[in-house]
Formats: sequence, structure tokens, C-alpha cells
Amino acid sequence: MQLLRVFLLRLVTTAVTLVGVAVIVFFVIRVVPGNPIAMMLPPGATEADVAALTALYGLDKPLPAQFLIWAGGVLQGDFGTSITTRQPVLGLVLGRLPATLELSVMALVMAVVIGGVAALTGTRRRGTRVEGAIDIANGMALSVPDFLWGLVLILLFGVLVPVFHISGRVTPSLELPFTTNFYLFESLIRLRFDLWLDIVSHMLMPALALAVPLAAIIGQLLKQSLKETMHLDYVTLARTKGYGENHVILREALRNAVLPTLTLVGVQFTFLIGGTVIIERLFSYEGLGNMAIDAVINRDLPLIQGIVILFAVIFTGVNLIVDLLYAALNPRLRHA
Amino acid sequence: MSFLSIRELSVRLKGGPPLLRRVSLDVAAGEVRGLVGESGAGKSMIGKAVLGILPGSVEVTGGEIRLDGVDLLALPPAERRRRIGATAALIPQDPLTALNPSRRIGGQITDRLVDILGWERGRAEARARELLAEVQIPEPERVLRNYPHELSGGMRQRILIASAFAAEPKLIVADEPTTALDVTVQKQILKLIAGMQARHGTALLFVTHDLGVVSKVCQSLSVLYAGMVVEDARVRDFFAAPKHAYSAALLAATPKYTDPMASLTPVPDAVIEAVRAEVAAADRGGHG
Repeated sequence: MQLLRVFLLRLVTTAVTLVGVAVIVFFVIRVVPGNPIAMMLPPGATEADVAALTALYGLDKPLPAQFLIWAGGVLQGDFGTSITTRQPVLGLVLGRLPATLELSVMALVMAVVIGGVAALTGTRRRGTRVEGAIDIANGMALSVPDFLWGLVLILLFGVLVPVFHISGRVTPSLELPFTTNFYLFESLIRLRFDLWLDIVSHMLMPALALAVPLAAIIGQLLKQSLKETMHLDYVTLARTKGYGENHVILREALRNAVLPTLTLVGVQFTFLIGGTVIIERLFSYEGLGNMAIDAVINRDLPLIQGIVILFAVIFTGVNLIVDLLYAALNPRLRHA
Repeated sequence: MSFLSIRELSVRLKGGPPLLRRVSLDVAAGEVRGLVGESGAGKSMIGKAVLGILPGSVEVTGGEIRLDGVDLLALPPAERRRRIGATAALIPQDPLTALNPSRRIGGQITDRLVDILGWERGRAEARARELLAEVQIPEPERVLRNYPHELSGGMRQRILIASAFAAEPKLIVADEPTTALDVTVQKQILKLIAGMQARHGTALLFVTHDLGVVSKVCQSLSVLYAGMVVEDARVRDFFAAPKHAYSAALLAATPKYTDPMASLTPVPDAVIEAVRAEVAAADRGGHG
């Protein structure tokens, strides 16, 4: 009952957020300098050509009117037409979404695994040099942003020891039998492990670049709360029952220590998705982020709007999932 | 022969002052021994040493702790843990923090039986139900599926007591088990522990600062001051005539139920100075 009420309340706030995002993105990209029409026409186009094209895209109307036309379309699932490609925005954006989702989720999984292992190892070996080494590694990982990690990885594993692909999503010469754009997922379903390996090899480096800072945050925070939890009475009581360190960490401490980390991971995951914009560019990965940069360069206003709205939907969706997970893990919330 | 036998146990803060000074005490099978002293006297430290849960900041510098004849301190850590888990148990001080908030009650009672003693799950669960009934918890079936936050402090302490008796340990360390509870609940819990102890014939090391509690549930007691046992006596003898000046003063300082309005008598400074001198002398002897 309580959970349902929370859920409905979240739906309302989500709707308000999305409206806010739509208003801001629509007006901001029209205030910044740069004219999409000028970008489309060859040099030497006449005033009349410019006026005709401006009218064609409805850019001659007053801003509020433009907004209402666009917003009315969005409500009916029509996000307009991309100025550069002349294709419907929704189709373009949804076509790229799977690539970015796969990359983000892979990065998240890597961050959770790396950060989790670091936190558990650091807790198990607390007070030793191993913990010290983990702290130093965490600090280094945290103080370098994801795109610099991207450059480092390109230099290390793309140039110096070229073991991974550092460009694109899949080797272009490969024949792709896919019906969706979830390449990683679909290659698994179709048991095409050859393709799967090729795709993973392309994703590993950009995903790692995105994962490293988040892994460090997870490692640090989870280790800290694990260490605090290890002093609590129920952990001590479990020790008197005959349980050893590993068991005590995994069964008594972990589940309670993971809650504060989970909240933070939710917030940080949205930053990670934001990071895909630059990382995808860096690795020429054909996702939403890469498309967003092209759209901004070309002043493709409808496309920019569509991408930003989609990102906003993803962010609020992630936050909702985190809240539900939190309730599921914390019995005190579930029954409250 | 005593089930728990501590000989010359010395514990200190790592690189710091001693916390236990050559403590010796015995608890016979089925006996209840009180461990009294003021805060910081080291009474809880003894309980922790016996159960192998001394904090990482302290170290044992000498002595032995024999549980059923085996010196725990001479065992490798894993073996020591298993032996303690199989033969001893703890009734903790604060029932609100001693249960894992994210695990159901049932699992927290049966885990030791299944994981350490190798019982079948069904048998362990039947045992848990039986124990909850014994500690007078209504609807044991439901409570086993509850999470700790759904139960009151008194209920949780009953559960912790049931859990301590689950594996029929030979020794239970009760670390101020009533201190964190409501005064009205304290009496019931005390009665419950005494009753369970008598029925199961478990040896009990009862850590408390309350001499009134000792007179009700214990047969013998050790009085601690600054990590040193200053008196070891039968309870009846002690309350009739304490031998040590410090324990006599401690006894005099206990508020009387018969005269609750009487002002509290502190332990006289002269007595404190005398016992401190005694501790210092023992330290010199220990090093010399």
C-alpha cells in the first residue's frame, strides 16, 4: 500500500521534472548562438532561400508558439524531424538508445564488481598493507575523470598493447543477423559467441573508462560502511557462534552496509550515463552520446531536444529503480 | 572439575596499560558466578576473552583460558572459534543492537545449529520453536518469520536468551543482560535467565555491576578492580562478611531497597587509594 503510494507520488514528480527539462532545453538551445538553417545551406544561398527553409521548419514563428507545437507533438509521440538527416527524431533516438544502455549497464556492472571486490578485500584485510594499497588505488581512480581514463586506456590497450578494439561498436566487416539494436544481448540470445566476443572487445575499454571512477566511489564508501558495521553487536554475536571473518562479512555485515552505497550508486549511475557522451565520442561508439554531440555541432534542434528528453527519462527511471531496490533490501522500509 | 578455568590471564591495550592483571577464576559446571566491579574494571573484558571476541586494539599477554579442559589461547583461531561456538554462548547487553536488522529471527536462532553443529534445518527450526515457547514468547511460529524491528526490546532479549541456549552450551556469558532494559522488564528477564539456567544446568558467567542481581542469581562471585580480582567468594559468605576492604565498601555503596531515600554512600577515598596501591604493588611484582 505504502509502496504503491510512493510509486504514484514518484510518477507525478517525474512528470513535473520532465516538463521542466523540456522547457529548459527548448529555450536554452534557442538562446545560444548558432543557426541550424545557416548550417544546412551551401555558401552563397540567397536571403529568400534562408527565409523559405526557416519557414519550412517553423523556425519563423515566435518561440512560445514553436514550443507549443513541439510539446503538442511530443505528447502524441511525435518528437519532430531531425534537421540534418530529415528522419523522425524518435526513431533515430530509439535506434541509438540500446547501444548506450548496453554500454552504461556494462560499465555499472564492472563498477559494482570492481568496487565490491575492493571493498570486501579491504574490509577482510583491514589494517594491513592490502587495505592501504586499495585506498591508494581508490584515491587515484577517483582523482582522474572518466574521459582521461578513456585516453589512458586507448594509449595502453589500443596503441601500446593493442589487445582490445578502441573504436566503434562492432567490427564493420562482420555480417550482423540482429533484429534489434541490443547487439550484446541479442548475440547472446542467438548464441553467436563469435559476435558477442567481438562486441565485448569493443565495449570493454569505454565501459572500463566509465566504470573506474564509480568503482572507486563504491569501493571507498562500501568499505567504510562495512568497517563500521563490523563493530556492531550482532556481528560480534555471530563471531561467538563460531563464524569466521568471511562469513561474518558476507552474511552479517554486507547487506546492512550496502544500503548507503546503493543510494549513492543511483545518483552516480546517472553521472555515468552523462559520461557516455564524451566516452562514446572518444571511442567512436555509435550511441546516443555520440549522436548528441553531432546534433549540437549541427544545431539539429529537434534532435537535441529528443536526446535530452530521453536522457531525462532514463535518469528518473534509474532513480525510481534505486528507490524500489532500497525498499526491497531494507525490511524496515518494506513494512513501514 | 570446573568447566571454565581462567588462570593468570593478562590482557593489555596494544602498546598500552594492562586491562586485566593476572586474573584467575573458575566456573564449575552448572554454577553461576557473578563478575562485579565498577565501569572499566575489566569485567566485560573477561567475558570477551572467554568468547574470543576481544577487540583488535587489545592483546592477551599471558595466562590461559581453559574451556572444558582445553586451553583456548593455545588453539589455532579457526579451531578456537568452532570450539567456543559449540560449547559456549553469549547473552548480549543490548537487545536492540544484538540482532541483525535485515535477517529474520528464525535464521538468527538456527544458524549456529545448522552451520556450526551440522544439524538438519528442520530439526533446528523445531528446536527454535521449542525455545521460543520456553522463553514465553507468544506465537513462536510468527515471531520466527519476523524481523527484529517488529519486536519490542523485551521480546528481543527473550529471543537472544533462547538463542544462547539453543545449542545447549555448557557455559553462557551474560554481559549485563538487563542493563539496557526497562526496569519493569529487568526483573522478568532476570527470572527467565535464572530459570533457564537451572533447567538446562548451564554454567553461567554473569557480568554485572549490580550486587543486588548477584545476590539473587549467583552462587559465587569475583570482585574486580582495575583488572585485578580483589575478592573471590561464595555469595552467601560475601554478603555476610566481605573480606576485602574495597568489596566491603562496594557492598555498602549499594542502595538499599528497604531505605530508598537514604543518601548514596560513595566508596571512601581511603579505600580507593589502598586498592590502587595494591594494584601497583601487584604490577611491580608481575614485572620483577
